[in-house]
Amino acid sequence: MSILIDERTTFIVQGITGREAVNLTRECLDYGKGAQIVGGVTPGRRGREVHGVPVFDTVEQVVAHHGSPIDGSVVTVPPAFTRDAVFEAIEAGIKLIVIVTERIPRGDVAQMVELATLRGARIIGPNCLGIIVPDVIKMGGIGGPARNAAQAYTPGPIGVISRSGGMTTEMSSTLSAAGLGQSTAVSIGGDAIIGSTYAELMPLFAADPQTEGIVIYSEPGGRMEAQLAEWVVANGDPLPIVAFMAGRFMDEMPGMSFGHAGTIVEGKEDTTAEKIARLQAAGIAVAERIEDIPEMLRELLSQRQRSALAAAGSSTEGSA
Amino acid sequence: MRFFEYEAREIVRRAGIPVTDFGFAKTPAEAREIAQRIGGPVVIKSQVLSGGRMKAGGVRFADSPEEAEAHAQAILALEIGGHMPRGVLVDPKAEVEQEYYAGVVWDGTRKLPVMIFSPVGGIDIEQVAAEQPEQVGRRHISTILPLSDFAAKETIARAGVSGGELTKIVPILRRLAELFLRYDMTLAEINPLGRLPDGSFVALDAHMEIENEARGRQRELLLELGVDPTETRQAREATPFEIAGEEVDSSDHRGVAGNVTEFDGNLGLVIGAGGGSLTLFDAVRAHGGRPANYCEIGGNPSVRKAAGLAKLVLSKPGVERIAVMMSIVSNTRVDIVARGVIKACLELGYDPAEKIAFFRIPGAWEEEGFKILQKYGIDYADRSVSLNEAARRAVEKIQGANEEAVR
Repeated sequence: MSILIDERTTFIVQGITGREAVNLTRECLDYGKGAQIVGGVTPGRRGREVHGVPVFDTVEQVVAHHGSPIDGSVVTVPPAFTRDAVFEAIEAGIKLIVIVTERIPRGDVAQMVELATLRGARIIGPNCLGIIVPDVIKMGGIGGPARNAAQAYTPGPIGVISRSGGMTTEMSSTLSAAGLGQSTAVSIGGDAIIGSTYAELMPLFAADPQTEGIVIYSEPGGRMEAQLAEWVVANGDPLPIVAFMAGRFMDEMPGMSFGHAGTIVEGKEDTTAEKIARLQAAGIAVAERIEDIPEMLRELLSQRQRSALAAAGSSTEGSA
Repeated sequence: MRFFEYEAREIVRRAGIPVTDFGFAKTPAEAREIAQRIGGPVVIKSQVLSGGRMKAGGVRFADSPEEAEAHAQAILALEIGGHMPRGVLVDPKAEVEQEYYAGVVWDGTRKLPVMIFSPVGGIDIEQVAAEQPEQVGRRHISTILPLSDFAAKETIARAGVSGGELTKIVPILRRLAELFLRYDMTLAEINPLGRLPDGSFVALDAHMEIENEARGRQRELLLELGVDPTETRQAREATPFEIAGEEVDSSDHRGVAGNVTEFDGNLGLVIGAGGGSLTLFDAVRAHGGRPANYCEIGGNPSVRKAAGLAKLVLSKPGVERIAVMMSIVSNTRVDIVARGVIKACLELGYDPAEKIAFFRIPGAWEEEGFKILQKYGIDYADRSVSLNEAARRAVEKIQGANEEAVR
């Protein structure tokens, strides 16, 4: 199993004739079992094809062509047109929207998220690389060309959530090398406002029978980590989590932004020191180095196994 | 990007919120003229972006135009928090019966703007929220429904304010929220909002910040306020090294070699991408290394651009060697970055094997990249060497070299 997408997922690419979108389409078609990209949209380019995918002027036309609801859309249009493209996808009934575009003002992002919430749709991103289910499907540029993605990602029990697209692959590759495959890896984006935060994806991973543990990549800025800590405490810590926190040097440089638009230390809550303290207080393990993550996860997984066995043992005794 | 107070007040005025009859002066003579026009006691306020103006002596009161001129002269020469003032704001000294707070900010968790109001103004709202939480009203607002008065009314009522005050403040708070959304602000604050003896309200100070990503579409506003398109107003001004970094990035549209930030170490960094750079910079420091710079390469830069960045870093005074490191790349080509950094070394007359302390970029086109690195005898690693270990090796090499030199 996986979260968000699986081999049956159908999606479109908005802005499909752009240079990056053409590459991304190729990558997704080639990867795993081959993505079902049922159409692409670039206004004024109806009738063309991109790697065999038919191009239309509007999302409505793709939906009509496909003849049944489409699950998702990868949005790769320039920042000035992204809100319109996302509104169009949502109003056409699409429920999962991956926004690759960066540098979108947060007022626009808030509008997209608000409409998505009203319509029961989910947004991943913006400024993200998308979602990958190892050896099955990828939706977005995550992992790069199929050959490269196959080298880094392997199927297994770990869910990965990362504010950095590149680090999603780096961390998954480290897990893979240690024999810990991934159930689903999600690049959630590095902006100040994003469609899906750690805490908002956790219920999906917690409900997924394949997922046994979670790895997150985290950065300064915002209170997404605090929200995760609150979720873990409120929901009885259903999955072991190991977090890695980058950008520790930024604690000494308030007001400066590095890496992603959302990374800025404005108050005490934004610092990595504060975030690490909050995560740890909620029982989330924080790794000093990425190479330590597999061992820490293994330890946490076996601890849970032992306590599950002990619980099963004591209940057997009770019934005997 | 943060606005100066005189700009923020102008934005408030445009939104239809009452402001005082203030003026902005760049010279003592201009300050005198404004004080004359106002014709009564005035306040002279330094226009700097750092806080603590009052404590630093950047706010002074004057009873006559002559005194206003003298104070303006002193304040214009006064550095506050490392910044010289842009000018002074000359404000009529208002007789205020009560000070209030009105603000709008983003709530990243709820992903909506939130209106904040308090009848306790003139001090930090964080302090009021901590000490007198019942005096602070908050309410989230929609970004897709038309902004309606009732939202402002609820916010004010939640702070315990009623009567004529409530009805008079409603349009002010609603307009503040409107300008926040219309102008892509990340912060819009009126603090204090003053109640005058006649019962009317006036904005006595304002604090506004606009989102950098929206500067393009807010060009008209910025132009009218006289904001130079190249002004960044970062926590500190860009250094010549950082400006040269921006030039390298904009010299070629392919890929990114951006966010070049100066530090004072001896190990030059050619690192990427966003998250990888943060991780690597931390790792270099954790191993006792002293980075000479921060940067982010990615998006498949050309050989020329990678070379341009490497040359800039190599030429920085104090840089002994560079480390070329990235998290696994899928879009950027390893061989292109390798060619770029080698080209930079050769063009500056250095031996790449000597100058490049360590190279760790695995991913797309790595076989080709590694072949080139081998040819030049450069120490490199594939993905089996972690980012942390790569940083350690780079630091070890530069420190080892220094120890040898001492011997």
